Amino acid sequence: MDKLLNVALPKGRLGENVYKIFETAGFPCPSILEGSRKLIFENREAGVRYFWAKPSDVAIYVERGAADIGVAGKDILLEYEPDVYELLDLDMGKCRMAVAAPKNFKDDSRYTLKVATKFSRIAADYYASIGRDIDIIHLNGSIEIAPILGLSDVIVDIVETGTTLRENDLEVIETIVPISARLIANKSSFKFKQEQIEKIVREMSGHRKQ
Amino acid sequence: MKFNLDVLDESEKIMFALRTLYSSKGYERYRMSKFEEYDLYSRNKDFLVSDSVITFTDMNGRLMALKPDVTLSLIKNNKDHPESLKKLYYNENVYRVAKGSNSFREIMQAGLECFGSVDSDCISEVLMLAVQSLETVSEEYILEISDLQILSALIEAVPAPAEVKQQLLKCFSEKNRHGIRQICSDNGICREYAERLQTLISLYGPPGKVLEKLTALCLEQGLEAEVKRLVDVIRVFRDTAYQDRIIIDFSAVSDMNYYNGIIFRGFIAGVPDSVLSGGQYDKLMQKLGRRSKAIGFAVYLDKLQGIKR
Repeated sequence: MDKLLNVALPKGRLGENVYKIFETAGFPCPSILEGSRKLIFENREAGVRYFWAKPSDVAIYVERGAADIGVAGKDILLEYEPDVYELLDLDMGKCRMAVAAPKNFKDDSRYTLKVATKFSRIAADYYASIGRDIDIIHLNGSIEIAPILGLSDVIVDIVETGTTLRENDLEVIETIVPISARLIANKSSFKFKQEQIEKIVREMSGHRKQ
Repeated sequence: MKFNLDVLDESEKIMFALRTLYSSKGYERYRMSKFEEYDLYSRNKDFLVSDSVITFTDMNGRLMALKPDVTLSLIKNNKDHPESLKKLYYNENVYRVAKGSNSFREIMQAGLECFGSVDSDCISEVLMLAVQSLETVSEEYILEISDLQILSALIEAVPAPAEVKQQLLKCFSEKNRHGIRQICSDNGICREYAERLQTLISLYGPPGKVLEKLTALCLEQGLEAEVKRLVDVIRVFRDTAYQDRIIIDFSAVSDMNYYNGIIFRGFIAGVPDSVLSGGQYDKLMQKLGRRSKAIGFAVYLDKLQGIKR
């Protein structure tokens, strides 16, 4: 069996910051920051192989065992409910899942609420929990324009600073859940590479507290 | 009759090896040759791995199903005999939808069940057969064992509504320590409970490493009998070649409406999820009006594709 620990990192700034923690935790792979177009990087000495994946795909790589561990946002874990271990809250990439609406929006409960979102399950679960009947419009990006064009009444999306919302005359009317990056592990890999994975968890949780 | 073993493919060889193993321990083969009414499965939907079932109408107008599961039918077709022990194994095709897919597949499944006076010797035997089934399949394997009595006693002790307990249970299946802390602080649950649950979730590993701390935790909670029972049933592995192959891990969680007591899951290196799963399901027996106790497991032969023995 492949003894290298396969790590799926989310492409982008979060992934780069997460890699730095892995590096200080004793799993360096310097070639990864050289800015090439390669997607897979190995350091046999440290026993680790990193690869860049689309952030929303990290959980799939881990669930299916192509990666032993990975870093994924809580939003992705809530939306896809992958069957994985969630070992650590990395306290990075913090933001929140929220409902946003045009300024002065008032919900009229006589009508079905139209909700545009990338996160259909999170939106459905949230509105089911408060007993509001909704119509979900699944979009893949530029969610903010949906209420402006009359496609939806509100949106459910990730809010980091709120700048995009403000520039499009939207405001947060409800926070659904706080989001941050999590260290996840494949359930089978955890059994067979337990020592390596636990070392990473220990080092990373130490780093997080600093 | 002339017969050459070379004609068998890998999964057939595994299947025959498992049948040899089970029958050598006195398990009788059960053949499921007829169809059950859809109602049997729909009433116990949550017990099934996936809740989609292929149905058809029989000649007399009744709604029937292609089996998604063998256990329910085994219980239904065997008389209740709480005083004695009946040991059965099966090797059947079942029809299921895999997670994330939209189509049914025919899946080869093997497994065994014990009905009746299930005592700790019987549980030990089933655990041993589970480990030996894994050994049949791969060189690198692990059986993880959990005890729902201990887990549910600690969760039930938490002063919180049922849905919060459900969330805590989900955290257990994810080894999610920070989640437990968050849920407890969000719901104003005393830190003591959170810490106790976090201790239990952190207790995983070979019995030699875990049992001392687990016993201490259980004694403190008045779960003396429960922990003793767990120690008793896994004693069978002591000083055997299998003692490094089992781990205690409370992240193995099954539906508590059906399962109780010991539950377990088998993993082999290179397969991303469990290839074997089972446990005691006295509560399912009660739901079906049986007084017998029961324990059993299934091996998912479809997940073994491409594994080199």
